[in-house]
Amino acid sequence: MNKLSSLYKSIKPRIKELKLSLYLLKRNKLTYFALVVIAMLVLIAVFAPYIAPFPSHIYGSTNPEDSLLPPGSKYFFGTDELGRDIFSRVLYGTRISLQTALLTVALALLIGVPLGAIAGTLGGFIDEAIMRVTDIFLSFPPLLLAIAIAAFLGPSLTNAMLAIAISWWPWYTRLVRGQAVSLRERQFVKAARAIGTPPLRIIFGHIVPNCIAPVIVQASMDLGGVILTASALSFLGLGAQPPTPEWGLMVSTSRTYFLNGWWYSIFPGLAIFFTVLAFNLLGDGLREILDPKTRQY
Amino acid sequence: MGSFVIRRILLGILVLFGVIVITFTITRVVPSDPAAQWVGPKATPEQIEAARIELGLDKPVYVQFQKYVAGLLKGDLGRSLRTHQPVSRELKNYLPATIELVLVSTIIASLIGLPLGVLSAKRKDEWVDHFCRFFSVGVVSLPTFWLALFLQLIFYRILGILPMGDQLSMDIKLLYDIPKITGFLIIDCLITGNFVILKDALVHMILPGITIAAYPIGLVARMTRSALLEILGEEYIRAARSYGLPERMVLWSYALKNSLGPTVTVVTLSIGYTLVNTFLVEAIYSWPGIGNYVATAVISLDYPAIMGVTIFSACAYVVLNMIADIIIALDPRVRV
Amino acid sequence: MDICYEIKDLKVGFETFEGFKRALDIKHLEIYKGETFGLVGESGAGKSVLALTSLKLLPIPPGVIESGEILLNGENILNKNEKQIREIRGKKISMIFQDPMSSLNPVFTVGEQIVRVIVNNQKVSRREAEKKAVEMINMVKLPDAKNIMRKYPHELSGGQRQRVIIAVALSCGAEFLIADEPTRNLDVTIQAGILKLIYELKKELKMTTLFIANNMSLVSAICDRIGILHEGRIVEIGSVHEVVQNPKHPYTQILRNAIPRNPSVLNRIMVKEDLEEGIEGCGYYKRCPHRKPVCKNNLPEMQLVEGTHYVACFKEFERGEPDE
Repeated sequence: MNKLSSLYKSIKPRIKELKLSLYLLKRNKLTYFALVVIAMLVLIAVFAPYIAPFPSHIYGSTNPEDSLLPPGSKYFFGTDELGRDIFSRVLYGTRISLQTALLTVALALLIGVPLGAIAGTLGGFIDEAIMRVTDIFLSFPPLLLAIAIAAFLGPSLTNAMLAIAISWWPWYTRLVRGQAVSLRERQFVKAARAIGTPPLRIIFGHIVPNCIAPVIVQASMDLGGVILTASALSFLGLGAQPPTPEWGLMVSTSRTYFLNGWWYSIFPGLAIFFTVLAFNLLGDGLREILDPKTRQY
Repeated sequence: MGSFVIRRILLGILVLFGVIVITFTITRVVPSDPAAQWVGPKATPEQIEAARIELGLDKPVYVQFQKYVAGLLKGDLGRSLRTHQPVSRELKNYLPATIELVLVSTIIASLIGLPLGVLSAKRKDEWVDHFCRFFSVGVVSLPTFWLALFLQLIFYRILGILPMGDQLSMDIKLLYDIPKITGFLIIDCLITGNFVILKDALVHMILPGITIAAYPIGLVARMTRSALLEILGEEYIRAARSYGLPERMVLWSYALKNSLGPTVTVVTLSIGYTLVNTFLVEAIYSWPGIGNYVATAVISLDYPAIMGVTIFSACAYVVLNMIADIIIALDPRVRV
Repeated sequence: MDICYEIKDLKVGFETFEGFKRALDIKHLEIYKGETFGLVGESGAGKSVLALTSLKLLPIPPGVIESGEILLNGENILNKNEKQIREIRGKKISMIFQDPMSSLNPVFTVGEQIVRVIVNNQKVSRREAEKKAVEMINMVKLPDAKNIMRKYPHELSGGQRQRVIIAVALSCGAEFLIADEPTRNLDVTIQAGILKLIYELKKELKMTTLFIANNMSLVSAICDRIGILHEGRIVEIGSVHEVVQNPKHPYTQILRNAIPRNPSVLNRIMVKEDLEEGIEGCGYYKRCPHRKPVCKNNLPEMQLVEGTHYVACFKEFERGEPDE
């Protein structure tokens, strides 16, 4: 009984915290809406090949007799210059965009988190060196570094992802370093150090697991930005290559035809817009929910 | 104050050096054969060999780097593979059009974004605020390149009230002598007092200007709102109200004077974004600027040109940030 | 004696995620013209909420003014509109804030801030206002007023800034002053100087003062009467002499003793638990060393002890019942 009540006492603040988060989430209807949209996008991404009305149109097949047809009952979003169903391709594009965004952010995390944890935990010269490099990466105008790296790596979707990750990791390094610096002074880290735990074990056993929560939140907020960046690279010809049904690439190809076939560029563009909007709304909501100022009451 | 400026400039030089190191690394380390890449896919073995010597790839890395930096200091960015002209000269030709566009877009972004942010903060949680916030999230979620096409479709194809692209209409180009004094079209028109051309130039600027400003508008509005809300939550604002000062003075003088730092930061950032947006949009609007230049370079894999634009823009951005920091230091709190 | 400031049935609360929380519940409080009234309570008791509500500066939402009146010279402040309240702020009621570090605008010189308030509230020319500002700085006993005028807040020490804040607050010539823990964030040595200054200025300017503090010894030095605020309710009220010499409410007793020696008392006051639902009675029930069964479900009324001394506690008036 006593144990139970002490257990209750120890988790009580956490329950309160959770209740507060749920309350703030409920109050923020747009965030709710964004979550629903993202859930739907994930479902579309997973089942795209099965729900697309013309699965064969996604990649290879062409049927020139149906080229550049306006939206209608057969082709909801019309067809492109090769007669492919734009609706099917846009659906499948969801999978590509989400995949690209997730992999890119994961890669950026893989570089950024360890560096930040090392800098924050060890401090001193190593910290100084890592953070100065971070500053330099962040002093490029947004997107520019990604364009340059992608160009030199050679145009492909994989290279575009690599390029974005290389220009994106410093944000995570900064975030994690800040967390690590404050964690370093906490008792459990000091205790681990006192009993002679090797530094690497401290970094990956104690520091990284404890600053993963804010990192995940930040990463999920970044997904929208990464989708936008990746589509921009594809638009410039540095990302996905034909016949991949990538949204940015579809808009890019549509440039030649859009004055006489508005549907060709409108629908892939709207797909980018709504996806990015959903992630940005979610990010805004999360930021507000986690902001200590909103948490005051 | 003085010591801060000197420190900031030294730091800026250090960052510039870092930027050069990174660009050097990209050109020499990333490709499997830098020389072959530097001269492009259609080069003969002799040309590749010549590039190897020109880039100094047979020498140790630090010698290569020395040569690279020495070249940059002389303004040597190599020769374009496509046009065989020195990249620095081409940049000089394309730069004015882009600078004009960047400035106009930044002004649009600030003129719309700042008031939106202030309004939003002032009317927090009222419907005006909800609208402004939704608008700014929406705007930063728009793919810029798609917005360009969309606006062309509406205002050129459907409504037919705005030109599709370029800096001037074809008939104006044929009928008039286009003044070329500074290279900046609008300034040149003003100097020569040529208002027919000026009007045409301004009309051509509307669509690209709005397209490029869209993302920064949202960014500026969002950042202004949050910065102002933070200031409005400060104790001295509450104190000012307790002394019976009019709300006008509290908001426009007490709060806004404290927001110099955030405002300068946000405008600088929006210049960064407009610059990048020109890379995506200029080609669509056939705007004769470096954005168009770099987009063409990307398609034809013109590496010296891509690198030239990268180095130039990065350095300009670093210097811009440095100036912004020095302006922020005019704030008496920093002036210790 | 004339009443300057009066509270009637004031109920203020906050809308929070755990539902509505009451922050203030004051049945009645009057402050007479010319007196200094000390309001003592721990942090969270609702002192600042009262101060802000008196100027209609409480952020709404999350704040909610449920009911009641705050009267200044018989006029209800709470039903004034924005324009009317601005005629009261500064001109009739002035406030000294607790944190000298954040209550001055960092990007204006000290002089500019005083001058603006004077120009706005006394409708005089800038030049005249500057003269008056120098007078005000002299009045709060800062040396070299001309020099101070040109300084930015960050160039002054904490004590100097608090004096400037007092100068700003007094420069509008208000008749009623609210001092919200004006010495809270200052060093002990500087506290005494500021207290002395407020005391002297109040006498000189004949202002009525509501002095808010978390510490009885501070208040007893300069106040005429004291009220003890606990969880939004006034539990004891009386002249300084009556309350300090003969505290009746168990909470006042603990406040007066400041450091309790009895370990069981220590336990009860140190462990401040969340107020759980279901207790409709005395707000001090959970921590009270003398609680009785009646305290749990009944709210004690204010009752006269003697003279001007009132207390809200069953212990005083239901002596027959044993402690719980």
